[in-house]
Amino acid sequence: MSRRDLVPVGLLAIVLFVGSRLSARFLDAPYLLDTLNLYVEAGLLATGMTFVIVCGEIDLSVASTTVLVACVVSKFLGPETNPVVLVAMSVAIGSLLGLVNGALVTIGRVPSFLATLATMATYRGVAQAWLGPFSAKWPVMKGLDRAHLGNSPVPWPPVIWLLVAGAAGLVLHRTVFGRQVAAVGTNAIASRFSGLPVERTQLAVFALSGAMAGLAAVFLGSRLGVVRHDLGRGLELDAITAVVVGGTSILGGQGSMAGTVAALLLVAAAKTAMGVAGVKPEVQVTVVGVLLVLAVLAGNMAGLARRKAPTQA
Amino acid sequence: MLRTLIVAGAIVGILAAGCGPAPADKPTSETPGGAGSKLRIVFVPKSAGNPYFAEVSKGLEKAAKELGATVETQAPTTADATSQVTTIKDAVQRGCDLLVISANAPDTLNDVLDEARKKGVTVVTVDSDITGNETHRDASVLPVDQEKVGPALVESLASLTGSEGEFAILSAATDAPNQNKWIAGMKETLKNPKYSKLKLVDTVYGDDEMQKSTTEMEALLTKYPNLRAVVSPTSVGMGAAAQVLETSGRYPGGPKANGTGIVLTGLATPNQLKKAVEKGVVTKFHLWSPAEMGEIAAHLGSMLHSKKVTADVGKTFDVPGMGTKTFVDKGVVYVGPLTTFDKSNIANFDF
Repeated sequence: MSRRDLVPVGLLAIVLFVGSRLSARFLDAPYLLDTLNLYVEAGLLATGMTFVIVCGEIDLSVASTTVLVACVVSKFLGPETNPVVLVAMSVAIGSLLGLVNGALVTIGRVPSFLATLATMATYRGVAQAWLGPFSAKWPVMKGLDRAHLGNSPVPWPPVIWLLVAGAAGLVLHRTVFGRQVAAVGTNAIASRFSGLPVERTQLAVFALSGAMAGLAAVFLGSRLGVVRHDLGRGLELDAITAVVVGGTSILGGQGSMAGTVAALLLVAAAKTAMGVAGVKPEVQVTVVGVLLVLAVLAGNMAGLARRKAPTQA
Repeated sequence: MLRTLIVAGAIVGILAAGCGPAPADKPTSETPGGAGSKLRIVFVPKSAGNPYFAEVSKGLEKAAKELGATVETQAPTTADATSQVTTIKDAVQRGCDLLVISANAPDTLNDVLDEARKKGVTVVTVDSDITGNETHRDASVLPVDQEKVGPALVESLASLTGSEGEFAILSAATDAPNQNKWIAGMKETLKNPKYSKLKLVDTVYGDDEMQKSTTEMEALLTKYPNLRAVVSPTSVGMGAAAQVLETSGRYPGGPKANGTGIVLTGLATPNQLKKAVEKGVVTKFHLWSPAEMGEIAAHLGSMLHSKKVTADVGKTFDVPGMGTKTFVDKGVVYVGPLTTFDKSNIANFDF
């Protein structure tokens, strides 16, 4: 685990403090927890994206994957569907769409930026061509974001995301597969000569990213009750932002799941604090942008000061 | 890891400290019409930086001054419904009595609107309703009764031409639903014997593209030498037609007017035709007024919030300076007759 992920954690503390000064209504636990629901989809996408970026690739298609999965599931499953089947199907279709990205990159030799730029348009396009300007009803598990943990004000979706991210963090940082992802991201050619399964690793990270996008579809659909082709626009950028601000190198090779989680919470807290304080959205976007630059710069400074071995994931 | 835990612990500490002693100013749902407090209006348009919605804001602000209310416009960061959900949640948390919203999607806002209304917020949609989900808002202020556009356009045409002569229609796309509805309305109105001398010779389609609309307009001028008027129920079409009339000099009083010249009327946003009106190429044209929509929404919302009126079919309410408005089906109120833009007032509009 790199110490760069301390930067978003520190900034998060500052944002929470500043937010509490801006409006007395910001530090209201039930409200903040409820708001967290809105960031669960981006959080899941960022969790998958961390693997992809550590592996030295990028996946621009995640938000489109989420939307396509949501549309397919709503169209094919009825209200009597078993929730387990629905989740399994969403994750499976997401993985499949992710595998298509992986195949384009490994077999088709298309750079991931281009491959996923193409599927980003294609997946959303298919959803639009199929549903048109209409929406489809989400079949089961509606209002998951209003289901709380026992009597606490803690809603389920953020908890599930944190558990998933925790498990993903263990896989990334504590398993052979995680080491392989970082190795391929550091130097794919050297990895190949060392006998590592480079293509298989790349396929796996895209499938994983797709699976997360599929899971995100469940939360998106359950939260809104209906799905349309134009939901979650720009979510892929939120996810990439969280990953990079969290201290993961955009060049691949090193990264931190804890950092991704902290960075996403940072963005969520900053946007919410400003939203409650009545800051204009155009100003909000600017402030978040500046915050991100600061986070990355601070991370770089910390990195320069220490100059630790770069391949540690 | 240890450091992360320490910092995380510190954050939880701050949170706990922040949440603990603050129940006094926690956002409790204020009773509707609570005594003496100022009405807080929040307007959520479809997107930021759209002059059309800036006009709606102006109307809301004008009404707010009369009502002693406050207005805040909070645009979503992207023009989609997911983004509006966040904006609405923040607005409710900040404190809001009347939410005026132009919905980006008819059905994705149900839950968040229900939640807001449970906390005592009155919800009025403006310009775009949540069609099919009307039970999730209190009322809706919409541009104009679609049925009245066709007759109004014929009326405008008749007043400009003295109710006689050949005219053509320059529309948007062949399958544009609004325009087709209005054109059908015009044809229906023309059956009235008092318009018997007005003759519709052609309907052409510019697809809401400047180039195609220009070509179609030029073709009309060559094809029908006796053309007296053109009606274009779309901004792009009117803009292109005005341009053609100006360059060909065939507008009334123009260098090649050939008698009375060709008059142009229709529906367009004022900015599109400001120059043409100032130069005298176009005498008058029409559109609903987004500012009036905002004004009505604020007054109506305030009355609904204080339970002075209920949104039932046929119920009426008065808007200061704008007369009596009537609820049609499902809590919908129409702004009223189309606003006419001409030399005398066009400078006052900016959208």
